[in-house]
Amino acid sequence: MSDPVLQIIGLKTQFQTRRGVVKAVDGLDLELHPGETFGLVGESGCGKSVTALSILRLLPKPAGRIAAGRILFDGKDLATVGEAEIRRIRGNRISMIFQEPMTSLNPVYTIGFQIEEVLRKHRGMRRAEARAEAARTLGLVGMPEPAARLDDYPHQFSGGMRQRAMIAMALACRPVLMIADEPSTALDVTIQAQILDLIARLKQEFGMSVLLITHDLGVVAEICRNVAVMYAGKVVESAGVDELFSRPVHPYTVGLFNSLPRVGGRTGGLKPIPGVVPSLANLPPGCAFQDRCSRRHEACGEEPPWREIVPGHHARCWKPLEVSHGAADSGR
Amino acid sequence: MRRWETFQDLLRSRSATFGMGLIVVVLLVAVIGPTFAPYDPLKPTPLDRLQGPSEAHLFGTDSLGRDIFSRVIYGARISILIGLISVSISLLPGTLLGLVAGYFGGRADSLIMRLMDMLLAFPAILLAIFITAILGPSLPNTMVAVGIVYIPHYARIVRASVLSLKEQLFVQAIAHLGGGHARILGRHILPNALPPIIVYATLGMGTAVLQAAALGFLGLGAQPPQPEWGAMLSEGRQYIQIAPHVAAFPGAAILVLVLGFNLFGDGLRDVLDPSLRSV
Amino acid sequence: MPIAYISKRLFHLTLIMLGVSVLVFLMLRMIPGDPARLLLGEFATQEDLARLRTQMGLDRPYPAQYGIYLANILQGDLGNSLRNGAPVATEIGVRLPATLELAVAAMLIASLVGIAAGVISSVRQYSVFDYGSMFVALIGVSMPIFWLGLMLMYLLAVMFPIMPMMGRIGMGSEPEVVTGLMLVDTLLAGEFGDFLDALHHLVLPAFTLATIPMAIVARITRSAMLEVLNKDYVRTARAKGMGEAVVILRHALRNAFLPVVTVLGLNLGLLLGGAVLTETIFSWPGLGRYVVDSLMARDYAAVQGCILVFAGLMACINLIVDLVYVVLDPRIRVHA
Repeated sequence: MSDPVLQIIGLKTQFQTRRGVVKAVDGLDLELHPGETFGLVGESGCGKSVTALSILRLLPKPAGRIAAGRILFDGKDLATVGEAEIRRIRGNRISMIFQEPMTSLNPVYTIGFQIEEVLRKHRGMRRAEARAEAARTLGLVGMPEPAARLDDYPHQFSGGMRQRAMIAMALACRPVLMIADEPSTALDVTIQAQILDLIARLKQEFGMSVLLITHDLGVVAEICRNVAVMYAGKVVESAGVDELFSRPVHPYTVGLFNSLPRVGGRTGGLKPIPGVVPSLANLPPGCAFQDRCSRRHEACGEEPPWREIVPGHHARCWKPLEVSHGAADSGR
Repeated sequence: MRRWETFQDLLRSRSATFGMGLIVVVLLVAVIGPTFAPYDPLKPTPLDRLQGPSEAHLFGTDSLGRDIFSRVIYGARISILIGLISVSISLLPGTLLGLVAGYFGGRADSLIMRLMDMLLAFPAILLAIFITAILGPSLPNTMVAVGIVYIPHYARIVRASVLSLKEQLFVQAIAHLGGGHARILGRHILPNALPPIIVYATLGMGTAVLQAAALGFLGLGAQPPQPEWGAMLSEGRQYIQIAPHVAAFPGAAILVLVLGFNLFGDGLRDVLDPSLRSV
Repeated sequence: MPIAYISKRLFHLTLIMLGVSVLVFLMLRMIPGDPARLLLGEFATQEDLARLRTQMGLDRPYPAQYGIYLANILQGDLGNSLRNGAPVATEIGVRLPATLELAVAAMLIASLVGIAAGVISSVRQYSVFDYGSMFVALIGVSMPIFWLGLMLMYLLAVMFPIMPMMGRIGMGSEPEVVTGLMLVDTLLAGEFGDFLDALHHLVLPAFTLATIPMAIVARITRSAMLEVLNKDYVRTARAKGMGEAVVILRHALRNAFLPVVTVLGLNLGLLLGGAVLTETIFSWPGLGRYVVDSLMARDYAAVQGCILVFAGLMACINLIVDLVYVVLDPRIRVHA
């Protein structure tokens, strides 16, 4: 396997609030390989978006800060490089697209201007050149009549088109890594699939790696190769997508799959995971999931180990589910 | 109870408490001050004219030898009255007009708002000057003039509140249940429209004091020898080169009072309805 | 260009002006006393009075009187000043540029300083600068403008005499009147020394007049910026690798302008009103002072003309503000 494009080691991101320090990300490890789509899954508040923001150091100041850990990219540690350096990387080597295209695009500038901006900044293009390239990029993301739409404002586009425009903006400088934070969540269901397809296709074309942040397991199943499941600021399980979906071992992951409504399955109520996510300012010692876990025992008061289940499949648990690899699945 | 929590929030707000403090100080001066004033504010002593601040005269004397400190004290009463009366004059018709315009909409709304727009087309001070000219220069007339000038402002604010309240479901529900107009207006709309009115009225008192002082400065308000702060400034202007204190102290007094209203009003707004920030 | 929007605003403007003229007409009739006598003064003869009465149509019903009044205005006839018989329109024309010069200078100062202070305060929230400038702004809107003028005059013209006390320019330095704007005319006459002198005279009154708008602009800019800086698109701008200055000025401020312009428009009256008081203090020969002087002298013809002009000015500037708004906010431009 080639060297990872991005390597996050022991990331701890914290927020200073009136109620104390919130540990949004509490020791996260992650490895992204070239040309790979990596899914980071979890419920709201588990820290996945914060992880994404931490990579590019886009945390709200002064409340948010990277307290510990390394983010290795291109031979540098993004967590500690200087401001000028991280700006050179943003939008250029690593770009990010956000959930809400309407609010994430500046309403008073044309789409063309906003795309050209990145090109002129990072590629030093002049106006005419940037404009041509912007039109080309818009075309690449499937925008009809791209040259004409350069002069339109964000509010003149539909939701799906806006997201395409955002993607164009993110792609303009051919980044090595694209971080997509819930790119399809705010869109209509039919458009969701289009956007995901677009991302997968572009990834192939440009040999990009994609870090996909989502709460939607369906999305993960669609386009990700590897997946990590987050809970309360830590990764609790990670595996290849097929492996994870067929043989989840961490009680939380299992719970997530069980709580999904199933088409054609047995009738009977939905099975949510009992309890609520603990406050990130007040985590219990040891495993953060213990209060909701049906498999809990005394060891859970201690920080659970990051255990290899089979090569390529890890879980952070004292008592992961025993699933036989090869035998029929139980409890599905 | 919501009102108690609001009160507690207010106490916590630094600007509100400080502002209230300033207002209370001026109020005290207005009410009790005259008993402690060292001199008769109206009595001229030509021998002591235009003396700078000293032990005998804390704020100095004016061109007729009157003690400025005492005059400022007596003037406090006038200024507070100006604030209260002017705002009352604006508040009642303004609120009524705003309620009618916002609630009934249609032609009444158009008519009323056009009328308000016309009044708003004048710079406030000019309109006040003009009205005072019609009524004749005197202190009560300036209060009336300033009051009239700001009616459109209150009308607008109230109308905006009513419009947004009308959208809310509970009002529509009550209307469907057969509540009469008066009942809806009186019991449901008005109480909910109060917060912006209260904020604006507080801030408006400061504005009224400033405008009335301007009229006084122009000689249209309190007539001599009344110790109205604005009028005192007019006199101070004449002697600014040789006796700046004549203008300095009454002006500073105005500043203190208006600052108090503004601070308190700001604090009130932050507590009652932060969305009014642009007001 | 949204023609519909502009024509709607123009129509509105015309309506307002008509309404204003009606109001002024009515108010003039309400001043106690015989209007003809008011307009001609105490020493008018009975014949003059009678003639004016017929001319004004005082013997005819009100609507007819108004008609005559309106017709006169539209022809540019605002009556004649009581004090010197000159046509009010001319008197106003002579003094208007002075007020404009003052107001524009004040607006420039207020905008530049106010916006800068607001932006810095928002970017450095809770800093000493932030608290300091907001406090100063609060004081600025709490003090009477004429008191500020007087105090500044004393400090900078009497105690440390570095500024002139009154007037637009030193005696005898007046250039030939081309535009009526001292700064322009001195340059046109090639007198650079006089230009500097005019500038020197402009400083104190302009700064005094600018104080209140400056404070308002600073506060509004700050709160608008604070809101905008939290928006997603600002985060996107940073995510694109833009430098802080670009993010704040190009992406944030441009959006914060919208509420600032709205408030500026709403507060125009303050500027014009303030001009009245400032001109009185600094003996600035503009329209503001003319109104006050005329009022004192019971020159109601002049007062009436001035008020019409002031209201007209305000209405026009409001219209311009609306147009600026259209330019600034593409959402209106394309949808209106």
